[in-house]
Amino acid sequence: MKIALSTLAGAALALGLTAGSAMAKDQGIVVYNAQHESLAKEWAAGFTKETGIKVTLRNGGDSDFSNQIVAEGAASPADVFLTENSPAMALVEAAGLFAPVDADTLAQVPQEYQPSTGKWVGVAARSTVFAYNKAKLKEDQLPKSLLDLADPSWKGRWAASPSGADFQAIVSALLELKGEAATADWLKAMKENFTAYKGNSTVMKAVNAGEIDGGVIYHYYYFGDQAKTGENSGNVGLHYFKNQDPGAFVSVSGGGVLASSKHPKEAQAFLKWVTGKGGQDVLKTGTSYEYAIGKDAQSNPKLVPLTDLQAPKVDPAMLNSKKVIDLMTQAGLL
Amino acid sequence: MKKRRSASWITLAAALISLTALLPLAFIVWAAIQTGRGTVVALIFRPRVGELLVNTMLLVVVTVPIAIVLSVALAWLTERSDLPGNRWWSWLSVAPLAIPAFVHSYAWISFVPGLHGLWAGVLVSVIAYFPFLYLPIAAALRRLDPALEDAAAALGLDPWRVFARVVLPQLRLAICGGSLLVGLHLLAEYGLYVFIRFDTFTTAIVDQFQSTFNGPAANMLAAVLVVCCLFLLALEVTIRGEERYARVGSGAARKQQRARLGRAALPCLLLPAGVALLSLGVPFVTISRWLLAGGTEVWRWDEIGLALGQTLFLAIAGAVLATVAAMPMAWISIRAPGPLQRLLESCNYIVGALPGVVIALALVTITVRVALPLYQTLFTILFGYALMFLPRALISLRASIAQAPVELERAASSLGRPPVKALWSTTIRLSAPGAAAGMAMVALGITNELTATQMLAPNGTRTLAMAFWSYSGEIDYASAAPYALIMVAMSLPMTWWLYIQSKRMAGR
Repeated sequence: MKIALSTLAGAALALGLTAGSAMAKDQGIVVYNAQHESLAKEWAAGFTKETGIKVTLRNGGDSDFSNQIVAEGAASPADVFLTENSPAMALVEAAGLFAPVDADTLAQVPQEYQPSTGKWVGVAARSTVFAYNKAKLKEDQLPKSLLDLADPSWKGRWAASPSGADFQAIVSALLELKGEAATADWLKAMKENFTAYKGNSTVMKAVNAGEIDGGVIYHYYYFGDQAKTGENSGNVGLHYFKNQDPGAFVSVSGGGVLASSKHPKEAQAFLKWVTGKGGQDVLKTGTSYEYAIGKDAQSNPKLVPLTDLQAPKVDPAMLNSKKVIDLMTQAGLL
Repeated sequence: MKKRRSASWITLAAALISLTALLPLAFIVWAAIQTGRGTVVALIFRPRVGELLVNTMLLVVVTVPIAIVLSVALAWLTERSDLPGNRWWSWLSVAPLAIPAFVHSYAWISFVPGLHGLWAGVLVSVIAYFPFLYLPIAAALRRLDPALEDAAAALGLDPWRVFARVVLPQLRLAICGGSLLVGLHLLAEYGLYVFIRFDTFTTAIVDQFQSTFNGPAANMLAAVLVVCCLFLLALEVTIRGEERYARVGSGAARKQQRARLGRAALPCLLLPAGVALLSLGVPFVTISRWLLAGGTEVWRWDEIGLALGQTLFLAIAGAVLATVAAMPMAWISIRAPGPLQRLLESCNYIVGALPGVVIALALVTITVRVALPLYQTLFTILFGYALMFLPRALISLRASIAQAPVELERAASSLGRPPVKALWSTTIRLSAPGAAAGMAMVALGITNELTATQMLAPNGTRTLAMAFWSYSGEIDYASAAPYALIMVAMSLPMTWWLYIQSKRMAGR
């Protein structure tokens, strides 16, 4: 028994030590990844396969990483930063921590999916939707605008994930389009009306189960679930606000190279690969169902084409995440 | 002379370690000063903090009494009655500890999808944490001297009154200690309450951290949470009181008679069976169901192996560090106790009572601002674990050092060993079982730790808990199931050991 125990302990220690040394060895380029882990993993694997450059992902969210990079400053271990939404990129850009993106990378992406400054670049896009339970809401009962959800008639009937960067990006678009006073009022009404969930998938699951009538999320959660088993989206319908409404906001996911990167060449190559054919094809054929934005890239044919969404015009570089957090904290949402 | 010198070295080490342990508290104070009075007031005295305070207090106030009643009833049935299979029921009342709290919650949310809010929080919290109360209460019940109860009965009290006026007061220390432990877990837990959508201070701090990294709002919420923890600690000291419960008089206590349940046995069986069903059956059924649904596809062995290896490494390294750090204080508390020592020792306990999220927040900010080379390193995360789990190592070590005779140390010194060597070849060796026990407890804590690990981990780290959390966040419950199973499998032996220890302490 004693021998067996010490063998077991020895084996555990050996396994642990191997893992420990693996944690310390060369990591290639370090990507602070706020995108969905599965998508970033596919990108990293594809890039490594083509170039032989190793990629280490640190997974987290848009806002914690952007603030983290600012706090780390020039000492940041990150080489590349990938987000789901633009406000986090704007925050790092405002701190002057991005190196300019290579010109041939920028040339792969249309103007409207990159900031006016060229300090970072769009890598994918997602559309705001109102996901609703088809048994509970008829099409004529759907809100015409995101702003309608502030109406008392919607009290207790809609959900969102306010702690997530996705929803915060939608609020930042609202702020950019309608101004501070209108946004603060809307958030105050939201606090009265909505139910908080953690994560957009959880919102959709609740809508599907009929716990709540509808929720403000992004489009791809629905398509991803449909492609799997559909067990969390069978009763869900998607309502696109269109009409340049703040609720028709298309959020640009960004990628940028840190000025402090110790592997700038490899980092730029990664960004070029992600915005190029290889990376954009992953969006078309993979399970992420996010929109491809590359110049000749195609999105998954199941999606409503980007050009039909009638999204409002917003310069991604102008989205202000700090102000949004402040407003949401004041409204008691955070 | 020599001895005194070694003692002063150890005292210095203990003092240094205790002062370092205060780092998170110092950080909170510093953050409050930095933020400035106006902002502090604006961030603390706002409706959201009031909501969180009400939520958190209600959770503690409702959960703890329910857990006490449940644990006392279970402990009495398993220890003092002739309930059929009472040894089995006793083990089954401890076993839920092997399931991490967030796995309990994951099981319940898959079982009853709409579960949310205060009552859901109370339900899952009671199920996940009642063993912390059951263990000490059962141990105390086992040690009671039946003579006192006999005397009370002989003086004409009926059995219920005997229980209320003689037995219950003697359980006071066990109930207080267990309640404190449960209360502190309620304040610190994150994953459990995220699943069932119940906001507490800890979930709100993580929300703020995710929105701002280390913004003042997160720090100020942490400050309020720290005050709540200190309040619980103080409350426990007050309620515990200073009464004596030791048996006086000559001879050994008589063996207890177990109460005959007779016909009541069957309905009484419903309680432990029901609790086992809720606390073990639900997680077991859910995990099995997801494993079946996922098939072989969810066993991604390369990923799982890596996570398992990293978790083991962190758990073992953290356990060693915590135990080594606890050694000086444990030694002094036995060999040279005094007011200063007690003060220093209490520093360790206070910090151990702080939620992982507060300690992580402090270490992230400190390393990124003033100790950048240590930022996101293995050292910092292990240091964080050591701070969080030092009390576990300390308690186990203290008990076994107390059993090592000081004469051996003196003999070794007088035979010419230098002080440290004398200690090494006597007391430290003799305290090995205690050290091992402490290490197991620390390792168990690290294996199931989520929030601090996420915030402090070096790049490329993915522990079992992190992988579980990431999959369940994307509603991929099937892929999360293998990780839940492995965490439970790793925790079971340590829980079993804890159960055996508690029996042994009662002399059986």
